[in-house]
Amino acid sequence: MSIGITSYGVYIPRYRIKVEEIARVWGDDPENIKRGLGVCEKSVPDMDEDTATIAVEAARNAIRRNNTNPKEVGAIYVGSESHPYVVKPTATIVAEAIGATPYLTAADFEFACKAGTAAIQACMGEVAAGFIEYGMAIGSDVSQAAPGDALEYTAAAGGAAYIIGKKNLIAEIEDTFSFTTDTPDFWRREGMSYPLHGGRFTGEPAYFRHIVSATKGLMEKIDVKPGDYDFVVFHQPNGKFPIRVAKKLGFTKEQIQPGLIVPTLGNTYSASSLISLAAVLDEAEQGSRILMTSFGSGAGSDSFSMVITEGIDEMRDKAPTVQELLKGARYLDYALYAKHKGVM
Amino acid sequence: MAVPRFWRNIPARYNLIGTKCLTCEKCYFPPRTTCPACRRAGKIEMHKFEGIGEVVTYTVIHSASEGFDRQTPYVLAIIRLDEGPCMTAQIVCDPNEIEIGMKVQSIFRKIAEEGPDGVICYGTKFAPKR
Repeated sequence: MSIGITSYGVYIPRYRIKVEEIARVWGDDPENIKRGLGVCEKSVPDMDEDTATIAVEAARNAIRRNNTNPKEVGAIYVGSESHPYVVKPTATIVAEAIGATPYLTAADFEFACKAGTAAIQACMGEVAAGFIEYGMAIGSDVSQAAPGDALEYTAAAGGAAYIIGKKNLIAEIEDTFSFTTDTPDFWRREGMSYPLHGGRFTGEPAYFRHIVSATKGLMEKIDVKPGDYDFVVFHQPNGKFPIRVAKKLGFTKEQIQPGLIVPTLGNTYSASSLISLAAVLDEAEQGSRILMTSFGSGAGSDSFSMVITEGIDEMRDKAPTVQELLKGARYLDYALYAKHKGVM
Repeated sequence: MAVPRFWRNIPARYNLIGTKCLTCEKCYFPPRTTCPACRRAGKIEMHKFEGIGEVVTYTVIHSASEGFDRQTPYVLAIIRLDEGPCMTAQIVCDPNEIEIGMKVQSIFRKIAEEGPDGVICYGTKFAPKR
């Protein structure tokens, strides 16, 4: 029996900071940074927004988009690197705020930037087993980066929620395939405010090896070629890596461009590949085939192959699209940005 | 705020759950256990408000109480919900943007936190309807 996405919802905070403004403070050359990272600006949370509020707004947009009865959601999993509590789940806050409590299971997931796609796989398993009618998988982050670190130019805020089920699909998930190793490319120890990373080590042995292996593994498993896809989405830590990995795997610029939102959004960590997928769902037509591969440091990648089914056109406009959420930005200077981030 | 007090009000704070009298159809927020108009003839049931309303009046807070001082200046308003009752809530917008009669919609935000190691209180604020 088919399993897939029955609805999706996204939330992006209104505030932004430009690369020029961050570079001004640290004495960097903004043109050099923009050229190197392929990012011009990034989203910033409001002072009263965190991973939980962003997850709730994304979840409500998913519920709104296809009018799902929240009482039929049997599992909610929230993937993030910035859960507001170390002990006390974000998922229970989301469950209560969408009216799904009390008869469901809920948990928080953590696997760097791929915790949200791991949550999709968990929902797929429970739906396939018949344990639940619908499962909700969320990736949400107010991404952390130490002031002055290269990550500060990209670490952004946003969230995306996906409802997984068997009925009323808008995208059938044909298959999923994962590639996981113990690779310490990026980490944050208990009690530390900011993550550390291995610089260039985050590239070849981490991002590229895992995305290439998961994507090739999936394509071999279901016997497809890059040319069989209309759209492809990869995790977007910056604007360069996803384009380079797409080329490496034989995909074209036309296949990756619709989902490439990092230049004006930044890296939303656990939400990155999921918001990018939403941008593709916002414009994909019935019969379109999409490949998405996430990447989480530590390290692993989850690859998904999906086909758009009928019905997507009717529900698409019932919740804001990614492009609509990217509009109306309010720009902050570095001092206000630091206040929003709680640095001062 | 004491944790049990916050916890008891979660349905109202997160989802604007109030009550409605089935006899006179009047809605109440915060929830009431009896209808003051129908009294014994009233039949009260839970009612989820849509979260759409308009600004009746407002003030801009420049000198805030502890825990809200980082957010100044911010807008505090009385909002008449479309179903009838009025409530006080923060409006998330530029203070220059606010005006009486403005249509607003509910949003989910952090309301307060009891210090860096205490509980975080989430709930409903409003934003200009888009």
